[in-house]
Amino acid sequence: MRFFCTFALSNLIVNNMKKFCLDLTVSAVDKINEKYVLIRLTDDQCLPDMMPGQFVEVRVDNSPSTFLRRPISINFVDREHNEMWLLVAAIGDGTRRLAQLKAGEKLNCMFPLGNGFTMPTAQNEKILLVGGGVGVAPLLYFGQQIKEKGGAPTFLLGARSAKDLLELDYFKKLGRVFVTTEDGSAGEKGFVTNHSILELEHFDQISVCGPKPMMVAVARYALKADIECEVSLENNMACGVGACLCCVENTTEGNVCVCKEGPVLNIKKLLWQL
Amino acid sequence: MAALNVKINGLKLKNPVMTASGTFGYGLEFADFVPLDGIGGIIVKGTTLHAREGNDYPRMAETASGMLNCVGLQNKGVNYFCEHIYPQIKDIDTNMIVNVSGSSPDDYAECAAHIDTLDHIPAIELNISCPNVKQGGMAFGVTCEGAASVVRAVRQKYHKTMIVKLSPNVTNIADIAKACEAEGADSVSLINTLLGMAIDVEKRKPILSISTGGLSGPAVKPVALRMVWQVAKAVKIPVVGMGGICNAIDAIEFMMAGATAIEIGVANFLDPTVTMKVRDGINDWLDKHGCKSVTEIIGALED
Repeated sequence: MRFFCTFALSNLIVNNMKKFCLDLTVSAVDKINEKYVLIRLTDDQCLPDMMPGQFVEVRVDNSPSTFLRRPISINFVDREHNEMWLLVAAIGDGTRRLAQLKAGEKLNCMFPLGNGFTMPTAQNEKILLVGGGVGVAPLLYFGQQIKEKGGAPTFLLGARSAKDLLELDYFKKLGRVFVTTEDGSAGEKGFVTNHSILELEHFDQISVCGPKPMMVAVARYALKADIECEVSLENNMACGVGACLCCVENTTEGNVCVCKEGPVLNIKKLLWQL
Repeated sequence: MAALNVKINGLKLKNPVMTASGTFGYGLEFADFVPLDGIGGIIVKGTTLHAREGNDYPRMAETASGMLNCVGLQNKGVNYFCEHIYPQIKDIDTNMIVNVSGSSPDDYAECAAHIDTLDHIPAIELNISCPNVKQGGMAFGVTCEGAASVVRAVRQKYHKTMIVKLSPNVTNIADIAKACEAEGADSVSLINTLLGMAIDVEKRKPILSISTGGLSGPAVKPVALRMVWQVAKAVKIPVVGMGGICNAIDAIEFMMAGATAIEIGVANFLDPTVTMKVRDGINDWLDKHGCKSVTEIIGALED
Protein backbone atom coordinates (compact mmCIF):
# COMPACT_ATOMS: atom_id res chain seq x y z
CA MET A 1 0.00 0.00 0.00
CA ARG A 2 1.35 3.32 -1.05
CA PHE A 3 -1.34 5.48 0.42
CA PHE A 4 0.29 6.19 3.73
CA CYS A 5 3.56 8.03 4.04
CA THR A 6 6.08 5.80 5.72
CA PHE A 7 9.15 7.57 6.97
CA ALA A 8 10.77 4.46 8.32
CA LEU A 9 13.38 3.02 6.04
CA SER A 10 14.32 -0.53 6.63
CA ASN A 11 17.87 -1.45 5.94
CA LEU A 12 17.02 -5.13 6.09
CA ILE A 13 14.83 -5.51 3.06
CA VAL A 14 17.26 -5.18 0.21
CA ASN A 15 15.98 -6.75 -2.97
CA ASN A 16 12.41 -7.26 -1.86
CA MET A 17 11.23 -3.67 -1.89
CA LYS A 18 8.17 -3.32 -4.04
CA LYS A 19 8.88 -1.74 -7.40
CA PHE A 20 6.57 0.60 -9.25
CA CYS A 21 6.13 1.96 -12.74
CA LEU A 22 4.54 5.38 -12.36
CA ASP A 23 3.92 8.51 -14.35
CA LEU A 24 5.41 11.01 -11.92
CA THR A 25 4.81 14.73 -12.27
CA VAL A 26 7.71 17.12 -12.74
CA SER A 27 7.37 19.68 -9.98
CA ALA A 28 10.47 21.65 -11.03
CA VAL A 29 13.60 21.44 -13.13
CA ASP A 30 16.40 23.46 -11.56
CA LYS A 31 19.12 24.34 -14.03
CA ILE A 32 22.40 24.11 -12.15
CA ASN A 33 24.56 25.18 -15.08
CA GLU A 34 24.99 24.44 -18.79
CA LYS A 35 25.55 20.77 -18.13
CA TYR A 36 23.51 19.74 -15.09
CA VAL A 37 19.89 19.89 -14.04
CA LEU A 38 18.06 18.80 -10.92
CA ILE A 39 14.70 17.25 -11.79
CA ARG A 40 12.23 17.19 -8.93
CA LEU A 41 9.37 14.72 -9.26
CA THR A 42 6.21 14.26 -7.27
CA ASP A 43 3.00 12.25 -7.28
CA ASP A 44 -0.55 12.58 -6.00
CA GLN A 45 0.10 9.65 -3.71
CA CYS A 46 2.92 9.24 -1.27
CA LEU A 47 6.09 8.20 -3.06
CA PRO A 48 7.16 4.62 -2.29
CA ASP A 49 9.93 3.61 0.09
CA MET A 50 13.37 3.96 -1.48
CA MET A 51 16.85 3.24 -0.23
CA PRO A 52 19.97 5.34 -0.82
CA GLY A 53 21.92 3.97 -3.78
CA GLN A 54 18.85 2.65 -5.57
CA PHE A 55 18.01 4.01 -9.00
CA VAL A 56 15.20 4.81 -11.40
CA GLU A 57 14.77 3.62 -15.00
CA VAL A 58 13.39 6.69 -16.71
CA ARG A 59 11.53 6.51 -20.01
CA VAL A 60 12.61 9.31 -22.31
CA ASP A 61 9.80 10.41 -24.62
CA ASN A 62 10.28 12.56 -27.70
CA SER A 63 13.89 11.56 -28.23
CA PRO A 64 13.93 9.35 -31.34
CA SER A 65 17.48 8.15 -30.83
CA THR A 66 16.78 7.07 -27.23
CA PHE A 67 15.28 3.60 -27.38
CA LEU A 68 15.90 2.20 -23.90
CA ARG A 69 15.12 3.70 -20.53
CA ARG A 70 17.90 5.60 -18.79
CA PRO A 71 19.08 4.47 -15.34
CA ILE A 72 19.46 7.47 -13.02
CA SER A 73 20.43 7.45 -9.33
CA ILE A 74 17.98 8.62 -6.73
CA ASN A 75 19.57 11.88 -5.63
CA PHE A 76 17.31 12.67 -2.73
CA VAL A 77 13.88 11.87 -1.29
CA ASP A 78 12.20 14.89 0.22
CA ARG A 79 9.38 13.36 2.28
CA GLU A 80 8.16 16.73 3.48
CA HIS A 81 7.34 17.83 -0.07
CA ASN A 82 6.76 14.27 -1.38
CA GLU A 83 9.52 14.72 -3.94
CA MET A 84 12.16 12.50 -5.50
CA TRP A 85 15.16 14.26 -6.99
CA LEU A 86 17.17 13.17 -9.99
CA LEU A 87 20.48 14.89 -10.76
CA VAL A 88 21.10 14.65 -14.48
CA ALA A 89 24.13 15.48 -16.61
CA ALA A 90 22.95 16.33 -20.12
CA ILE A 91 25.41 14.28 -22.13
CA GLY A 92 23.51 12.43 -24.85
CA ASP A 93 20.24 13.03 -26.68
CA GLY A 94 18.19 11.28 -24.01
CA THR A 95 19.58 13.17 -21.04
CA ARG A 96 19.41 16.45 -23.00
CA ARG A 97 15.71 15.81 -23.55
CA LEU A 98 15.31 15.15 -19.80
CA ALA A 99 17.01 18.46 -19.10
CA GLN A 100 14.32 20.18 -21.19
CA LEU A 101 11.43 18.85 -19.10
CA LYS A 102 9.04 21.47 -17.78
CA ALA A 103 7.09 21.63 -14.55
CA GLY A 104 3.78 19.83 -14.92
CA GLU A 105 5.04 17.31 -17.51
CA LYS A 106 4.96 13.61 -16.73
CA LEU A 107 7.99 11.34 -16.49
CA ASN A 108 7.48 7.58 -16.51
CA CYS A 109 9.68 5.99 -13.86
CA MET A 110 10.38 2.36 -12.91
CA PHE A 111 11.65 2.43 -9.35
CA PRO A 112 13.12 1.86 -6.87
CA LEU A 113 15.58 -0.55 -8.52
CA GLY A 114 18.77 -2.22 -7.30
CA ASN A 115 20.13 -2.89 -3.84
CA GLY A 116 21.42 0.37 -2.35
CA PHE A 117 24.32 1.30 -0.08
CA THR A 118 25.14 -0.43 3.21
CA MET A 119 23.95 1.59 6.19
CA PRO A 120 26.53 1.85 8.98
CA THR A 121 25.59 -0.52 11.79
CA ALA A 122 26.75 1.71 14.65
CA GLN A 123 26.28 5.45 15.10
CA ASN A 124 29.93 5.98 15.89
CA GLU A 125 31.11 4.20 12.75
CA LYS A 126 33.13 6.62 10.66
CA ILE A 127 31.85 6.55 7.13
CA LEU A 128 33.34 8.39 4.16
CA LEU A 129 31.16 8.99 1.12
CA VAL A 130 33.26 9.61 -1.98
CA GLY A 131 31.68 11.04 -5.12
CA GLY A 132 32.99 12.14 -8.50
CA GLY A 133 31.18 14.44 -10.93
CA VAL A 134 27.50 13.60 -11.25
CA GLY A 135 28.28 10.45 -9.24
CA VAL A 136 27.78 12.51 -6.11
CA ALA A 137 24.02 12.18 -6.71
CA PRO A 138 23.12 9.13 -4.56
CA LEU A 139 25.42 10.28 -1.73
CA LEU A 140 23.11 13.15 -0.80
CA TYR A 141 20.23 10.83 0.08
CA PHE A 142 22.66 8.37 1.67
CA GLY A 143 24.22 11.09 3.81
CA GLN A 144 20.81 12.36 4.88
CA GLN A 145 19.73 8.86 5.91
CA ILE A 146 22.94 8.32 7.89
CA LYS A 147 22.44 11.64 9.65
CA GLU A 148 18.78 10.91 10.36
CA LYS A 149 19.86 7.72 12.13
CA GLY A 150 22.30 9.64 14.31
CA GLY A 151 25.47 9.07 12.31
CA ALA A 152 27.89 11.69 11.01
CA PRO A 153 28.80 11.23 7.34
CA THR A 154 31.94 12.78 5.87
CA PHE A 155 31.90 13.65 2.18
CA LEU A 156 34.87 13.71 -0.17
CA LEU A 157 33.71 15.11 -3.49
CA GLY A 158 35.82 15.39 -6.62
CA ALA A 159 35.24 17.13 -9.93
CA ARG A 160 37.07 18.46 -12.99
CA SER A 161 36.62 22.05 -11.85
CA ALA A 162 34.56 24.19 -9.48
CA LYS A 163 31.59 24.37 -11.86
CA ASP A 164 31.29 20.57 -11.84
CA LEU A 165 30.89 20.42 -8.06
CA LEU A 166 27.23 19.78 -7.47
CA GLU A 167 24.89 20.40 -4.55
CA LEU A 168 27.72 21.47 -2.21
CA ASP A 169 25.36 23.52 -0.08
CA TYR A 170 23.10 20.54 0.49
CA PHE A 171 26.04 18.30 1.37
CA LYS A 172 27.36 20.84 3.87
CA LYS A 173 24.08 20.64 5.80
CA LEU A 174 24.61 16.92 6.35
CA GLY A 175 28.23 16.66 7.42
CA ARG A 176 31.84 17.65 6.81
CA VAL A 177 32.66 18.17 3.12
CA PHE A 178 36.11 17.91 1.55
CA VAL A 179 36.66 18.79 -2.08
CA THR A 180 39.19 18.18 -4.83
CA THR A 181 39.24 19.55 -8.37
CA GLU A 182 41.54 18.49 -11.16
CA ASP A 183 42.30 22.12 -12.09
CA GLY A 184 42.53 23.35 -8.51
CA SER A 185 39.64 25.82 -8.94
CA ALA A 186 38.11 24.58 -5.67
CA GLY A 187 39.39 22.56 -2.71
CA GLU A 188 42.63 20.65 -3.01
CA LYS A 189 44.06 20.20 -6.49
CA GLY A 190 44.12 16.66 -7.83
CA PHE A 191 42.00 13.52 -7.52
CA VAL A 192 39.99 12.45 -4.49
CA THR A 193 42.64 9.85 -3.65
CA ASN A 194 45.20 12.68 -3.27
CA HIS A 195 43.19 14.51 -0.61
CA SER A 196 44.96 15.05 2.70
CA ILE A 197 41.97 13.87 4.74
CA LEU A 198 42.84 10.30 3.76
CA GLU A 199 46.23 10.74 5.47
CA LEU A 200 44.88 12.51 8.51
CA GLU A 201 41.92 10.39 9.48
CA HIS A 202 40.88 6.76 9.58
CA PHE A 203 37.47 5.65 8.30
CA ASP A 204 35.64 2.38 8.96
CA GLN A 205 33.71 2.33 5.70
CA ILE A 206 33.99 4.04 2.32
CA SER A 207 31.11 4.19 -0.17
CA VAL A 208 31.94 5.44 -3.64
CA CYS A 209 30.05 6.58 -6.71
CA GLY A 210 31.70 8.15 -9.73
CA PRO A 211 33.66 7.44 -12.90
CA LYS A 212 35.23 3.98 -12.97
CA PRO A 213 38.90 5.14 -12.87
CA MET A 214 38.08 7.09 -9.71
CA MET A 215 36.30 4.14 -8.12
CA VAL A 216 39.24 1.87 -8.98
CA ALA A 217 41.65 4.34 -7.35
CA VAL A 218 39.55 4.60 -4.19
CA ALA A 219 39.09 0.83 -4.06
CA ARG A 220 42.87 0.40 -4.33
CA TYR A 221 43.37 2.83 -1.44
CA ALA A 222 40.71 1.13 0.69
CA LEU A 223 42.13 -2.32 0.07
CA LYS A 224 45.62 -1.17 1.07
CA ALA A 225 44.32 0.61 4.15
CA ASP A 226 42.10 -2.37 5.03
CA ILE A 227 38.88 -0.34 4.99
CA GLU A 228 35.47 -1.76 4.06
CA CYS A 229 34.63 -0.31 0.66
CA GLU A 230 31.69 -0.50 -1.70
CA VAL A 231 31.27 1.06 -5.13
CA SER A 232 28.20 1.94 -7.18
CA LEU A 233 28.60 0.61 -10.71
CA GLU A 234 27.00 2.02 -13.84
CA ASN A 235 27.32 -0.79 -16.37
CA ASN A 236 25.24 -0.34 -19.51
CA MET A 237 21.73 -1.57 -18.77
CA ALA A 238 18.62 -2.59 -20.63
CA CYS A 239 15.83 -4.04 -18.46
CA GLY A 240 16.82 -2.68 -15.01
CA VAL A 241 15.26 -5.63 -13.15
CA GLY A 242 17.65 -8.55 -13.64
CA ALA A 243 15.82 -10.12 -16.57
CA CYS A 244 18.02 -9.56 -19.61
CA LEU A 245 21.47 -10.18 -18.10
CA CYS A 246 23.08 -7.42 -20.18
CA CYS A 247 24.65 -5.28 -17.44
CA VAL A 248 26.66 -8.04 -15.77
CA GLU A 249 29.80 -7.52 -13.73
CA ASN A 250 32.15 -10.44 -13.32
CA THR A 251 32.56 -11.17 -9.62
CA THR A 252 33.80 -13.85 -7.25
CA GLU A 253 30.30 -15.33 -7.65
CA GLY A 254 30.33 -15.22 -11.45
CA ASN A 255 28.49 -12.74 -13.62
CA VAL A 256 25.92 -10.81 -11.60
CA CYS A 257 23.39 -8.23 -12.77
CA VAL A 258 24.44 -4.73 -11.73
CA CYS A 259 20.80 -3.65 -11.98
CA LYS A 260 19.58 -6.24 -9.48
CA GLU A 261 22.46 -7.54 -7.33
CA GLY A 262 24.02 -4.06 -7.59
CA PRO A 263 24.50 -1.29 -8.41
CA VAL A 264 26.38 -1.25 -5.09
CA LEU A 265 28.95 -4.03 -4.71
CA ASN A 266 31.64 -4.60 -2.10
CA ILE A 267 35.09 -4.36 -3.69
CA LYS A 268 35.95 -7.78 -2.25
CA LYS A 269 33.39 -9.29 -4.62
CA LEU A 270 34.84 -7.58 -7.69
CA LEU A 271 37.55 -8.98 -9.92
CA TRP A 272 39.14 -5.58 -10.57
CA GLN A 273 42.94 -5.49 -10.72
CA LEU A 274 43.49 -3.62 -7.44
CA MET B 1 -15.52 -9.21 -24.74
CA ALA B 2 -14.17 -11.52 -27.44
CA ALA B 3 -12.76 -14.97 -26.71
CA LEU B 4 -8.99 -14.64 -26.56
CA ASN B 5 -8.01 -18.26 -25.97
CA VAL B 6 -5.93 -20.03 -28.60
CA LYS B 7 -4.27 -23.43 -28.86
CA ILE B 8 -0.77 -24.41 -29.90
CA ASN B 9 -1.28 -28.07 -30.61
CA GLY B 10 -2.34 -29.38 -27.18
CA LEU B 11 -1.19 -26.29 -25.33
CA LYS B 12 -4.05 -24.02 -24.26
CA LEU B 13 -3.33 -20.32 -23.92
CA LYS B 14 -5.83 -18.04 -22.19
CA ASN B 15 -4.75 -15.36 -24.65
CA PRO B 16 -2.21 -15.20 -27.47
CA VAL B 17 0.23 -12.88 -25.67
CA MET B 18 3.44 -14.48 -24.41
CA THR B 19 6.79 -13.08 -23.33
CA ALA B 20 9.96 -13.84 -25.26
CA SER B 21 12.82 -15.74 -23.69
CA GLY B 22 15.57 -13.58 -22.24
CA THR B 23 13.41 -10.49 -21.94
CA PHE B 24 11.22 -11.43 -18.98
CA GLY B 25 13.58 -13.40 -16.73
CA TYR B 26 11.59 -16.10 -14.95
CA GLY B 27 8.54 -13.86 -14.76
CA LEU B 28 9.20 -13.08 -11.10
CA GLU B 29 11.31 -10.05 -12.02
CA PHE B 30 8.17 -8.41 -13.41
CA ALA B 31 5.70 -9.56 -10.76
CA ASP B 32 5.56 -6.13 -9.09
CA PHE B 33 4.49 -4.49 -12.35
CA VAL B 34 2.14 -6.89 -14.06
CA PRO B 35 -0.22 -9.72 -13.04
CA LEU B 36 1.67 -12.73 -14.39
CA ASP B 37 -1.47 -14.84 -14.59
CA GLY B 38 -2.89 -12.38 -17.11
CA ILE B 39 -0.23 -13.36 -19.64
CA GLY B 40 -0.90 -16.24 -22.07
CA GLY B 41 2.53 -17.78 -21.57
CA ILE B 42 5.90 -16.90 -20.10
CA ILE B 43 8.93 -18.27 -21.89
CA VAL B 44 11.73 -18.25 -19.39
CA LYS B 45 15.41 -17.62 -19.91
CA GLY B 46 17.39 -20.04 -22.13
CA THR B 47 18.37 -23.13 -20.15
CA THR B 48 21.19 -25.54 -20.98
CA LEU B 49 22.25 -28.93 -19.65
CA HIS B 50 25.27 -27.44 -17.86
CA ALA B 51 25.73 -24.00 -16.31
CA ARG B 52 27.02 -21.26 -18.61
CA GLU B 53 28.65 -17.96 -17.62
CA GLY B 54 27.70 -16.33 -20.92
CA ASN B 55 29.85 -13.82 -22.76
CA ASP B 56 31.91 -11.03 -21.26
CA TYR B 57 30.56 -7.53 -20.69
CA PRO B 58 29.70 -5.42 -22.74
CA ARG B 59 26.75 -7.45 -23.89
CA MET B 60 24.40 -4.75 -25.09
CA ALA B 61 24.35 -1.87 -27.54
CA GLU B 62 21.41 0.44 -28.11
CA THR B 63 20.57 0.97 -31.77
CA ALA B 64 17.99 2.88 -33.78
CA SER B 65 14.63 1.50 -32.60
CA GLY B 66 16.23 -1.57 -31.11
CA MET B 67 19.13 -3.12 -29.30
CA LEU B 68 21.88 -5.65 -29.87
CA ASN B 69 22.70 -8.26 -27.27
CA CYS B 70 25.32 -10.95 -26.94
CA VAL B 71 24.40 -12.38 -23.54
CA GLY B 72 25.36 -15.88 -24.66
CA LEU B 73 22.88 -18.05 -22.74
CA GLN B 74 24.08 -17.29 -19.21
CA ASN B 75 22.22 -19.69 -16.92
CA LYS B 76 22.90 -22.04 -14.02
CA GLY B 77 22.01 -25.22 -15.86
CA VAL B 78 18.92 -27.40 -15.95
CA ASN B 79 19.49 -29.08 -12.57
CA TYR B 80 19.65 -25.72 -10.84
CA PHE B 81 16.51 -24.70 -12.70
CA CYS B 82 14.64 -27.81 -11.59
CA GLU B 83 15.74 -27.57 -7.95
CA HIS B 84 15.74 -23.84 -7.27
CA ILE B 85 13.74 -21.94 -9.87
CA TYR B 86 10.95 -24.34 -10.77
CA PRO B 87 9.56 -24.40 -7.19
CA GLN B 88 9.26 -20.60 -7.31
CA ILE B 89 7.42 -20.46 -10.63
CA LYS B 90 5.41 -23.68 -10.82
CA ASP B 91 2.29 -22.19 -9.27
CA ILE B 92 2.10 -19.13 -11.48
CA ASP B 93 -1.26 -19.55 -13.19
CA THR B 94 -0.11 -19.41 -16.80
CA ASN B 95 1.93 -21.53 -19.19
CA MET B 96 5.48 -21.46 -17.91
CA ILE B 97 7.54 -22.56 -20.91
CA VAL B 98 11.25 -23.28 -20.77
CA ASN B 99 13.54 -22.21 -23.59
CA VAL B 100 16.06 -25.02 -24.10
CA SER B 101 19.45 -24.73 -25.77
CA GLY B 102 22.50 -26.92 -26.22
CA SER B 103 25.71 -27.55 -28.09
CA SER B 104 24.79 -30.94 -29.58
CA PRO B 105 21.51 -32.77 -30.34
CA ASP B 106 22.15 -35.05 -27.35
CA ASP B 107 22.67 -32.02 -25.11
CA TYR B 108 19.34 -30.57 -26.16
CA ALA B 109 17.61 -33.90 -25.70
CA GLU B 110 19.03 -34.51 -22.24
CA CYS B 111 18.12 -31.02 -21.08
CA ALA B 112 14.60 -31.42 -22.49
CA ALA B 113 14.25 -34.79 -20.76
CA HIS B 114 14.82 -33.08 -17.39
CA ILE B 115 12.17 -30.50 -18.20
CA ASP B 116 9.79 -33.27 -19.31
CA THR B 117 9.62 -34.47 -15.70
CA LEU B 118 8.28 -31.14 -14.41
CA ASP B 119 4.49 -31.31 -14.11
CA HIS B 120 3.90 -27.58 -14.32
CA ILE B 121 5.99 -26.95 -17.43
CA PRO B 122 3.63 -27.80 -20.31
CA ALA B 123 5.96 -26.94 -23.18
CA ILE B 124 9.47 -26.12 -24.27
CA GLU B 125 10.78 -23.71 -26.83
CA LEU B 126 13.77 -25.25 -28.55
CA ASN B 127 16.33 -22.56 -29.26
CA ILE B 128 18.20 -23.51 -32.43
CA SER B 129 18.80 -19.88 -33.24
CA CYS B 130 20.92 -18.17 -30.59
CA PRO B 131 23.47 -16.09 -32.54
CA ASN B 132 25.74 -15.54 -29.54
CA VAL B 133 27.28 -18.91 -28.75
CA LYS B 134 30.20 -20.55 -30.49
CA GLN B 135 28.95 -24.11 -30.42
CA GLY B 136 25.39 -25.10 -31.21
CA GLY B 137 22.77 -22.40 -31.02
CA MET B 138 22.31 -20.82 -34.41
CA ALA B 139 24.62 -23.36 -36.07
CA PHE B 140 21.75 -25.87 -35.93
CA GLY B 141 19.13 -23.42 -37.03
CA VAL B 142 20.69 -22.34 -40.31
CA THR B 143 20.47 -25.65 -42.15
CA CYS B 144 17.53 -28.00 -42.62
CA GLU B 145 19.70 -30.97 -41.63
CA GLY B 146 20.94 -29.25 -38.45
CA ALA B 147 17.44 -28.21 -37.40
CA ALA B 148 16.07 -31.66 -38.14
CA SER B 149 18.82 -33.38 -36.13
CA VAL B 150 17.99 -31.41 -32.98
CA VAL B 151 14.23 -31.75 -33.30
CA ARG B 152 14.56 -35.49 -33.95
CA ALA B 153 16.78 -36.03 -30.89
CA VAL B 154 14.53 -34.00 -28.59
CA ARG B 155 11.32 -35.54 -29.90
CA GLN B 156 12.50 -38.95 -28.68
CA LYS B 157 12.97 -37.65 -25.12
CA TYR B 158 10.33 -34.94 -24.81
CA HIS B 159 6.62 -35.73 -24.86
CA LYS B 160 4.83 -32.44 -24.34
CA THR B 161 4.43 -29.45 -26.64
CA MET B 162 7.64 -28.61 -28.50
CA ILE B 163 7.93 -25.20 -30.10
CA VAL B 164 11.06 -24.67 -32.21
CA LYS B 165 12.46 -21.14 -32.30
CA LEU B 166 13.85 -20.29 -35.72
CA SER B 167 16.70 -18.08 -36.81
CA PRO B 168 16.10 -15.31 -39.34
CA ASN B 169 19.75 -15.50 -40.41
CA VAL B 170 19.00 -17.94 -43.23
CA THR B 171 18.26 -17.91 -46.93
CA ASN B 172 14.86 -19.60 -46.73
CA ILE B 173 13.26 -19.78 -43.31
CA ALA B 174 10.21 -21.66 -44.62
CA ASP B 175 12.40 -24.63 -45.59
CA ILE B 176 13.82 -24.79 -42.05
CA ALA B 177 10.31 -24.62 -40.61
CA LYS B 178 9.21 -27.50 -42.84
CA ALA B 179 12.21 -29.57 -41.74
CA CYS B 180 11.19 -29.05 -38.08
CA GLU B 181 7.58 -29.92 -38.83
CA ALA B 182 8.64 -33.12 -40.58
CA GLU B 183 10.54 -34.24 -37.46
CA GLY B 184 7.54 -33.76 -35.19
CA ALA B 185 7.76 -30.19 -33.91
CA ASP B 186 4.37 -29.05 -32.60
CA SER B 187 4.96 -25.43 -33.47
CA VAL B 188 7.60 -23.00 -34.67
CA SER B 189 8.29 -19.58 -33.19
CA LEU B 190 10.05 -16.80 -35.06
CA ILE B 191 12.08 -14.72 -35.32
CA ASN B 192 15.05 -14.94 -33.01
CA THR B 193 17.40 -11.96 -33.29
CA LEU B 194 19.10 -10.82 -36.48
CA LEU B 195 22.87 -10.94 -36.41
CA GLY B 196 24.21 -7.39 -36.20
CA MET B 197 27.07 -5.19 -35.04
CA ALA B 198 27.82 -1.77 -33.58
CA ILE B 199 31.16 0.06 -33.48
CA ASP B 200 32.65 2.61 -31.07
CA VAL B 201 34.37 4.90 -33.55
CA GLU B 202 36.57 6.60 -30.93
CA LYS B 203 38.04 3.29 -29.84
CA ARG B 204 37.81 1.80 -33.35
CA LYS B 205 36.43 -1.32 -31.77
CA PRO B 206 33.15 -3.24 -31.79
CA ILE B 207 30.99 -2.25 -28.82
CA LEU B 208 30.03 -5.86 -28.00
CA SER B 209 32.56 -8.16 -26.35
CA ILE B 210 32.24 -10.81 -29.06
CA SER B 211 31.98 -8.19 -31.83
CA THR B 212 28.54 -9.24 -33.05
CA GLY B 213 25.17 -9.68 -31.39
CA GLY B 214 21.48 -10.23 -32.03
CA LEU B 215 19.29 -7.30 -33.05
CA SER B 216 15.78 -7.05 -31.65
CA GLY B 217 13.14 -4.39 -31.20
CA PRO B 218 10.83 -2.48 -33.55
CA ALA B 219 13.71 -2.19 -36.04
CA VAL B 220 13.28 -5.87 -36.97
CA LYS B 221 9.48 -5.97 -37.09
CA PRO B 222 8.93 -5.75 -40.85
CA VAL B 223 11.49 -8.50 -41.45
CA ALA B 224 9.89 -10.67 -38.77
CA LEU B 225 6.41 -10.11 -40.13
CA ARG B 226 7.47 -11.11 -43.64
CA MET B 227 9.07 -14.30 -42.31
CA VAL B 228 6.04 -15.24 -40.19
CA TRP B 229 3.87 -14.78 -43.28
CA GLN B 230 6.16 -17.00 -45.37
CA VAL B 231 6.40 -19.72 -42.72
CA ALA B 232 2.68 -19.74 -41.94
CA LYS B 233 1.95 -20.44 -45.60
CA ALA B 234 4.52 -23.25 -45.69
CA VAL B 235 3.61 -25.32 -42.61
CA LYS B 236 0.46 -26.78 -41.10
CA ILE B 237 1.59 -26.52 -37.46
CA PRO B 238 0.79 -23.36 -35.49
CA VAL B 239 3.24 -20.47 -35.78
CA VAL B 240 4.23 -18.18 -32.92
CA GLY B 241 5.24 -14.73 -34.17
CA MET B 242 7.62 -12.27 -32.61
CA GLY B 243 9.98 -9.44 -33.50
CA GLY B 244 9.56 -5.89 -32.25
CA ILE B 245 5.93 -6.18 -31.14
CA CYS B 246 5.15 -3.12 -28.99
CA ASN B 247 1.37 -2.75 -29.15
CA ALA B 248 -1.89 -4.50 -30.04
CA ILE B 249 -1.80 -3.44 -33.68
CA ASP B 250 1.68 -4.96 -34.08
CA ALA B 251 0.35 -8.18 -32.53
CA ILE B 252 -2.70 -8.22 -34.81
CA GLU B 253 -0.42 -7.76 -37.84
CA PHE B 254 1.50 -10.90 -36.86
CA MET B 255 -1.71 -12.83 -36.29
CA MET B 256 -3.16 -11.77 -39.64
CA ALA B 257 0.11 -12.89 -41.21
CA GLY B 258 -0.60 -16.33 -39.79
CA ALA B 259 0.62 -16.39 -36.17
CA THR B 260 -1.58 -18.25 -33.67
CA ALA B 261 0.15 -16.53 -30.76
CA ILE B 262 2.79 -13.85 -30.34
CA GLU B 263 5.74 -13.13 -28.07
CA ILE B 264 6.74 -9.75 -26.72
CA GLY B 265 10.43 -9.12 -26.14
CA VAL B 266 12.29 -5.85 -25.78
CA ALA B 267 9.03 -3.92 -25.36
CA ASN B 268 8.90 -5.35 -21.82
CA PHE B 269 11.92 -3.17 -21.01
CA LEU B 270 10.24 -0.03 -22.31
CA ASP B 271 6.94 -0.71 -20.56
CA PRO B 272 6.83 -3.55 -18.04
CA THR B 273 3.03 -3.66 -18.35
CA VAL B 274 3.00 -3.89 -22.15
CA THR B 275 1.71 -7.49 -22.18
CA MET B 276 -1.55 -6.45 -20.52
CA LYS B 277 -1.93 -3.47 -22.84
CA VAL B 278 -1.45 -5.70 -25.89
CA ARG B 279 -3.92 -8.28 -24.55
CA ASP B 280 -6.56 -5.64 -23.81
CA GLY B 281 -5.86 -3.84 -27.08
CA ILE B 282 -6.43 -7.02 -29.07
CA ASN B 283 -9.73 -7.50 -27.26
CA ASP B 284 -10.82 -3.93 -27.97
CA TRP B 285 -9.95 -4.30 -31.64
CA LEU B 286 -11.90 -7.55 -31.89
CA ASP B 287 -14.94 -5.99 -30.18
CA LYS B 288 -14.80 -2.98 -32.45
CA HIS B 289 -14.68 -5.18 -35.53
CA GLY B 290 -17.42 -7.55 -34.42
CA CYS B 291 -15.14 -10.56 -33.97
CA LYS B 292 -16.30 -13.13 -31.43
CA SER B 293 -12.90 -14.83 -31.13
CA VAL B 294 -9.29 -13.95 -31.71
CA THR B 295 -9.00 -17.09 -33.84
CA GLU B 296 -10.96 -15.22 -36.53
CA ILE B 297 -7.96 -13.05 -37.30
CA ILE B 298 -5.31 -15.79 -37.50
CA GLY B 299 -4.08 -15.82 -41.10
CA ALA B 300 -6.97 -13.56 -42.01
CA LEU B 301 -5.17 -11.61 -44.70
CA GLU B 302 -7.42 -10.94 -47.66
CA ASP B 303 -6.21 -11.78 -51.14
